Amino acid sequence: MAETGFLTRHRFGDLLAVLADAGYRVVGPVQLDGAIVYTDLHSAADLPAGVMVETAPGTVRTSATQLPRLFAWANGPQALKPLLFGPEETLWRVRRADDGALTFSAASAEVQPHAVIGVRACDLAALCLQDQHFLHGAYRDQHYAARRAQLLLVAVNCTHPAATCFCAATGDGPQAQDGFDLLLDELDEGFIVSSGSERGRELFADLPLLPARADQMRKVASASHKARAMQTRAIPAGDLYDPLMARREHPRWSEVAERCLSCGNCTQVCPTCFCSREQDQAQLDGLASTHVRQWDSCFSEGHSYIHGLVVRGEPRYRYRQWLTHKLGGWHRQYGRSGCVGCGRCIAWCPVGIDICAEVNALLGGDHDS
Amino acid sequence: MTPERGIPLQAEVLERVDESPGIFTLSLRLVEDREHHAYRFEPGQFNMLYLYGVGEIAISIVGDPQHPELLQHTIRNVGRVTHGFAKLGAGDRIGIRGPFGRGWPLAAAQGRDVLVITGGLGCAPVVPVINHVLHRRAEHGKVAILQGVKHSDDLIWRERYEKWDAEPFTQVLLAADVSGPEWRGYRGRVTGLMQQLDIDFANSVTMMCGPEPMMVAAAGQLLERGVNPDSVWLSMERNMQCAVGHCGHCQFGEKFICRDGPVFPFSEIRALFGARGI
Repeated sequence: MAETGFLTRHRFGDLLAVLADAGYRVVGPVQLDGAIVYTDLHSAADLPAGVMVETAPGTVRTSATQLPRLFAWANGPQALKPLLFGPEETLWRVRRADDGALTFSAASAEVQPHAVIGVRACDLAALCLQDQHFLHGAYRDQHYAARRAQLLLVAVNCTHPAATCFCAATGDGPQAQDGFDLLLDELDEGFIVSSGSERGRELFADLPLLPARADQMRKVASASHKARAMQTRAIPAGDLYDPLMARREHPRWSEVAERCLSCGNCTQVCPTCFCSREQDQAQLDGLASTHVRQWDSCFSEGHSYIHGLVVRGEPRYRYRQWLTHKLGGWHRQYGRSGCVGCGRCIAWCPVGIDICAEVNALLGGDHDS
Repeated sequence: MTPERGIPLQAEVLERVDESPGIFTLSLRLVEDREHHAYRFEPGQFNMLYLYGVGEIAISIVGDPQHPELLQHTIRNVGRVTHGFAKLGAGDRIGIRGPFGRGWPLAAAQGRDVLVITGGLGCAPVVPVINHVLHRRAEHGKVAILQGVKHSDDLIWRERYEKWDAEPFTQVLLAADVSGPEWRGYRGRVTGLMQQLDIDFANSVTMMCGPEPMMVAAAGQLLERGVNPDSVWLSMERNMQCAVGHCGHCQFGEKFICRDGPVFPFSEIRALFGARGI
């Protein structure tokens, strides 16, 4: 049974202090370079009070208001993914002796417990998918596993979905259902705090919580209802592998490829995309080398390279790979869609390609947003 | 406990044999005795071979499963890592991670005729399974080995094919699209050899590796002859970097080739097989 209490706005810093005192590196949203970025929080003043974010296909603009709210925006380009699946990760180091002998040593992730403030329902759904990929398959990724085991999540229910959001259609939001330690519902005067795990319950004792009032709970329910109703985009539900693959020579793939820059922004901001490439970084003195993994994108030419041949040389094949995998392949691989409806790929695409519009065009327009 | 991908083990090059102007074989031995003796592989699996300071590539294991500790890899000199491997000699050190992936269907081949169809360097991943089958000759029916090359000068392992051809109930047929004056084999595509086969298609298992258009054509011919698509197995290739289904490069539709394959029954991949850009 979840415990619930009310945290007044001016005591929100207590939550950060409690987490810091418990040994967590506290990470959360700040306004930086015209976007919401998740980074270290030193005090509640770092949080984006009054910031609103307007998004549209190919557009993200922040604006300052006098509103007291800290979470009156939907998301930024990244949230949890970089904290677990590192954009760059050293996998091993190797030293070469004078006689040519090689000594390999594993690079273990330096892990400090992280508490992340302001995790959204879409981020939690994406985390679940990344867990399946990196932890629950035939092989486990030890770097991801080490960080995942030390993660504390303070979720917040969305009250201000972006125009690009469609988590209601994918079933992943706007309310967080599970997978968090604490959950916040923001009201003008403060926060309803609910526990979602044993660790979350333990933190309750250290927070200056008041009983949550019935009128506050009614406001929370109403805000949640509104957040759902505000969303207008949708993609068809279910496993789209067969219908999309049946249309694999559809002219729409070429049409979208005319607009697509193959820049890979969509894959970098996608909270479920998991591709990585590996490369060696040899020391200049030749005595040692570091084997590194970096995020990759199926939009890059090298992604499908084999012995002198690029399998997906044309952008239409790359967009097709991304979309058929996201909305089809994931179902076969992990039992659900790889899309959690966060809309980041739409907002951060420099030419505003809209996954909802593309899939609806491919599948016949029955689900136009 | 779920396994992790691991880091490379140190291996020593025992010998490099140049098979043709662009193809060479590295014979390797894991340096640590314990690792050397413990190493096992299944025919059709692959290793990740690491060149110091440059990177890793996926290469199928050539060799004899009876002697798993002798690691052999036949490699085409085509990229950054293989250019480096092509210069190695006895005593040089590299890294090995593996083996990875699903190999050839050894159990399904028992008691049946075995048809091996390969093209170009696709001849490499089938060597262990041919060794396996010929080592257990009585447990299998007839064996037919078809290898096609673009030019007759590209054919490697002539002696190996002659040795196999001399085995009882074993047919070796070689094809070259373009051939020099010495060529005694067939002129044309490897699929043109199908009429010469003396096997029981209805009770056969086929193992294929080579360029996808070749495998598409061969699979089509086999199905026309009434072969069950579950009895046709082929080894697939895509970019592989992690070898454990994480890096995403080797996806072929819903499959991760490194983890779900590289060997697949035709029935599992036929929906997209031969389609462009998959």
